[in-house]
Amino acid sequence: MTILCAGINHRNAAVEVRERFAVGTHELEATLERMRLIDGLFGAVIVSTCNRVEFYASSVCPLRAMEGLRHFLTERTGCTDLPFYSHDSLPSVRHLFRVASGLDSMVIGETEILGQLKQAYNAAAGHGATNSYLNKLFQHAFRVAKQVRTETRITRGSTSVGSVAVELAGKIFGDLGGRKVMVLGAGDTSERVARSLVSRGVRTVIVSNRTFDRAAALADSIGGLAVHFDHWHTAFDEVDILICSTAAPHPIVTREKLEKILQSHRERPLFIIDLAVPRDVDPAVNAIDNVYLYDMDSLEQIARQSIEVRETEVIRCEQLIERHVGEFLTWMRHHPSMPR
Amino acid sequence: MEFYLLTGATLCLIAGFAHTLVRVYAGKLQPGRVNLASMIGAFALLSVDLWLRGQVQRSCPLYSLFDVLLFMAWATSLLYFLVGSAYRLSLLGTFTSPLVLLLLLLAQLAPLSRAPVPAAARDPWIEFHAALSLIAYGAFALAGIAGIMFLVQDRQLKKRKGGSLLYNLPPITELAVANTRLIRLGLVILTVAFAAGFISGMQVNTLKFWTSAVIWAAYGILVLLRQIHTLAPRKTAILSVAALAFILVTLPAIQHLSSAK
Repeated sequence: MTILCAGINHRNAAVEVRERFAVGTHELEATLERMRLIDGLFGAVIVSTCNRVEFYASSVCPLRAMEGLRHFLTERTGCTDLPFYSHDSLPSVRHLFRVASGLDSMVIGETEILGQLKQAYNAAAGHGATNSYLNKLFQHAFRVAKQVRTETRITRGSTSVGSVAVELAGKIFGDLGGRKVMVLGAGDTSERVARSLVSRGVRTVIVSNRTFDRAAALADSIGGLAVHFDHWHTAFDEVDILICSTAAPHPIVTREKLEKILQSHRERPLFIIDLAVPRDVDPAVNAIDNVYLYDMDSLEQIARQSIEVRETEVIRCEQLIERHVGEFLTWMRHHPSMPR
Repeated sequence: MEFYLLTGATLCLIAGFAHTLVRVYAGKLQPGRVNLASMIGAFALLSVDLWLRGQVQRSCPLYSLFDVLLFMAWATSLLYFLVGSAYRLSLLGTFTSPLVLLLLLLAQLAPLSRAPVPAAARDPWIEFHAALSLIAYGAFALAGIAGIMFLVQDRQLKKRKGGSLLYNLPPITELAVANTRLIRLGLVILTVAFAAGFISGMQVNTLKFWTSAVIWAAYGILVLLRQIHTLAPRKTAILSVAALAFILVTLPAIQHLSSAK
């Protein structure tokens, strides 16, 4: 029995190509059915995400099965010059283990792909499209991914400014449920950060912007409240996280102003995320007890640091994966062809 | 037998501590099973050792500085097992084991008399007072450790550089809560210990009494200031660490002086 893998991903195909190959949920069952008709192909799993479309299958006559798969895809996409890669057992198993561990992702170490793989496998299994080889292969891949995650630092830290800010909020407050956020300046990045915080359980979002209508629109879309920019400090009571991204040419939050506001805030920490350039918050604010100020540079530096840590971990991950590839192939050798 | 039990407990903690250092060097500060296992092993051996000493003395073994150091190491470990999981601060163990190890090493290496003191007639209230006082000091020790963790995390967050410590330490808000609660817990236990001491008619005009009274009053003021929101979490953490240092310096010295009399 041979494990086959064929597909395209963010490295070898542009989004215009990937979207032609994409297999939506609504057409998954029919596509799996159609694939099962390919001569020599036993069982299939289709992984279709925004960054990759991959077909995993098992076959006793790989050349014929791969030819059938090519023919099927040409028919389906209308592409005669298919850009996809195809592998037989060893590279296929290695590829799947690397994908599951996040090593083949656009952002190394991201974990979303594991959930997507599980979903793809469950869907295929649910439609009766998998066999004992594919079952074993995917279960092994999930185990490898878990081990890579726990034994290496490949998922360490966050790799974008927004996610670093959200992670830091977690390091300050723990559970974000019930926390209050104020957004000064309704920019794109501040909106994204605010949305991420809301998805992590933040209770109230107050938005203030020079153009009140814009503040109202953003507040409306994330279930918050809008206040006039001239009165933002009056609504500051009990705010835990302040996100600033105004276009003001000078700091609007100074140490003196904040110390006055914080007189009734002594107990709880205040996390300030300054996304504005030029900065909205006077750096001296960071010296106030219980106040943690992060600007674009510091957030970017932490994100870069995480990427570097992840890159240095790749070698350890590859070694771990290689060991598991060997184990899986040994298992395959001891379980000769039994398609079901 | 006692020698082997105590040496076993110390070796357990040294192994756990060495393992933690290796993990920290590798950038992992998350508590591993080894650290927990070493603490459980040391606690079990120490419990047996104290029990054997108690059998010989026919009372709670608290009558020499050697006893006090062992009992405090035992009480600190016990409180960690009770409190660490309740506050989801399993990392507290990484910081607690060095303190317990220090107490055991002090007991082992300092030129102290190890011979159990056989009991004459002993007042159970005094024993209760002494045991509770040491458990209270164990709670203060854990509060001090939570305080150290708070200060480290505060520094990491203020530095804005990220790094392993930042990711591995618990959220600063949880550390502040644990720090305050442990101080309160220690104060309540110490108050009960004092009450038991008064019931037993303990001597009040001694250096030991007044030092304990100063410690009780200091923690009382700390709790009061926290209660009325006059003291910020950072200052509370600093004061709890300072108070722990004071206890660690004065308690053995005073116990040594009283044993010598």
